[in-house]
Amino acid sequence: MMRPSSIRRVLLGGAAALASLVTLTQAQAADPIKIAVIAEAQAIAGASIPQAAQLAADEINAKGGVDGRQIQIISYDNKSSATDSVRAFQRAVSDDKVNAVIASYISEVVLALEPWAARLKTVMITPGAASNEITKAVHNDYEKNKYTFHGYLTSAELAMSVCDGAKDILVNDRKMKTAVIFSEDAAWTTPLDAGYKECLPKIGLQILDHIRMSPDTTDFTPIYNKIEGEKPDVMITGISHIGVQPTVQWKNQQVPIPMLGISSQATNSTFWKDTNGAADGVLFQSVSGPGIAMTSKSVPFADAFNKKYGNFPSYAGYTAYDEVYYIADAVKRAGSTDSDKLVAALEKTDWEGTIGRIQFYGKEDQFTHGLKYGKGLITGMISQWQDGKQVAVWPPEIANGKIRFPSFIKAQNP
Amino acid sequence: MLALQILVDGFAISALYALGATGFTLIFGVSGVLNLSHGALMVLGAVAAWAATNELHVGAYLAALFGIAVTLIGAFATYFVVVRPLQTSRAIPKEETEIFVLTGTLLWGIMIQELIAYFFTDNAKTVLPVVEGVVNILGVRTPQNEIFTAIICWVGIGVLWLIVNKTRSGKAVLAASMNPRGVTLLGFELSRIYIAIWAIYGVLAGIAGVLLGMFLGVSSYSAGPLTGSAFSIVVLGGLGSVSGSLVAAYVVGYLETVTAYMINPAYRFIPALLLLVVVMYVRPQGLFGRR
Repeated sequence: MMRPSSIRRVLLGGAAALASLVTLTQAQAADPIKIAVIAEAQAIAGASIPQAAQLAADEINAKGGVDGRQIQIISYDNKSSATDSVRAFQRAVSDDKVNAVIASYISEVVLALEPWAARLKTVMITPGAASNEITKAVHNDYEKNKYTFHGYLTSAELAMSVCDGAKDILVNDRKMKTAVIFSEDAAWTTPLDAGYKECLPKIGLQILDHIRMSPDTTDFTPIYNKIEGEKPDVMITGISHIGVQPTVQWKNQQVPIPMLGISSQATNSTFWKDTNGAADGVLFQSVSGPGIAMTSKSVPFADAFNKKYGNFPSYAGYTAYDEVYYIADAVKRAGSTDSDKLVAALEKTDWEGTIGRIQFYGKEDQFTHGLKYGKGLITGMISQWQDGKQVAVWPPEIANGKIRFPSFIKAQNP
Repeated sequence: MLALQILVDGFAISALYALGATGFTLIFGVSGVLNLSHGALMVLGAVAAWAATNELHVGAYLAALFGIAVTLIGAFATYFVVVRPLQTSRAIPKEETEIFVLTGTLLWGIMIQELIAYFFTDNAKTVLPVVEGVVNILGVRTPQNEIFTAIICWVGIGVLWLIVNKTRSGKAVLAASMNPRGVTLLGFELSRIYIAIWAIYGVLAGIAGVLLGMFLGVSSYSAGPLTGSAFSIVVLGGLGSVSGSLVAAYVVGYLETVTAYMINPAYRFIPALLLLVVVMYVRPQGLFGRR
């Protein structure tokens, strides 16, 4: 039997403990979920990344956040440099204590960060890099690299998307038979070109030549000359670091061969201005675009972005916006920001984003933690620049216009 | 056919190099300044012309003039903010002035380049061409813009020749490049001659930058290579020798074009740099050097 004074002491102690527990949970609830954005603020494709992430965070916060926790975006400009990115990643994790990182549209940068995501056990998702090596590393050493997710299509999937589109609009509709691969020399195009070489002959386009250019190339005249001599029906592109210059020179020199493929800079809404309209007729693959309802979320996002920043997002803007949402969703499902729990929750992601339905490939799949590609998930699309606007021309479900080439292009219309 | 193609393409790019390098070498000849912000000033002109079309919505000619004007202002800023204070500073030993100016202009160039990247991104921009369309020269489909570029460059060089050889102040500039002290003894203010050559330089670099923007397009990344090629050309031609620079511009331009067509466009800059190394060993004063 306890003496009354001891009972009172125990009760008081218990109450104090309870009280401190309550304040602790309250403090935790108010703790923001911190997401670092490491991106190329000086490049058009990269500049959209922190902007889109902030827009998503503002929207989520306006609706009360995640279980009462606000989302805080901390952004770092990496100046397109891998070393700056690594430094930013270290600072984000150790000083700013972020819970997840959204990083870069450059494969070389993401590949440099991947070991750091493993060492610092921090979830990292890229909104725009494409190299197959990113998911390959996760597949080959899952326990170590499982913190990395690929929030954009891998190069192999990009090649598939281009071939799927080219089959309908070039081979079936325009009876094209031959192609030249025209790509820049970079980490992401090695698997892209391998993908092209595999799928182009399958859809009925014979490959006449494969040209890999240095990203430092400024004068494309000799290259266009060579290609023209080979008389292909189409140039299948794989360009991202370059874009404005080859496009302007294509128009100035009136190279009579159409271009279709990956041309990342062409996905930017400013591409028309940057090329002074030389973009007219350029066909490019993308994951979404202004005014194009890839899903019910695409158009509202693009419009909100345009309203806030005065221009439409680059392709990496769409993916970065989605990433903030599905990170928030994963935190909610995991009930925690613990990295391992977050990885497990992200692996179960099933989120309708602005670019399609987002699910990740599993541990046993070839592209572990890469986005699943296919009908009902993400297919990508082909657009064409026409009179200052990006017009969707494929797949037919979302197309809002027909292909139209400038007069110097000698391509048949169906 | 290929030979003709190389002949036509090489001509325009060489003319552009010649115009860019002329101002660069003139400044060295007269004041001993190697302006390493040269490439950044050219890019500045091209980006300004781009911005004039796309932000201020003016026509192609007005945009080009705006680009040239901005480079001219940039050239004066280079002289008054960087070069002159360093040249007249008492804190810098006289024998070290040149190295300070060299470093100063290099840093100044980087500052301009970063500012352009900050405000206009580092993606390439192109200037609205004044003329469009193509013509057939002996079977080579040539953009009219390319012909226009070559003509303007040679007109620019011609006008410069007239100014330097036929006008009184031009003659003073020429004399100053040969013997600065002699000119002061004749009663010319050397500081006014400096301002005159920086003005000439600004206009030439502006024209070259805007034309390059129309012809190939430029980005903030172009600043370094542009300075590099101007540097190679004037060293090859002989530092301070205008006629040497013109010849060297064509040597470099054609060497690059031949490499791009016959070997690989990625290697276009390499042979010219190798030639530069050889010239420095064998004939350090350059092809037409005075010293």
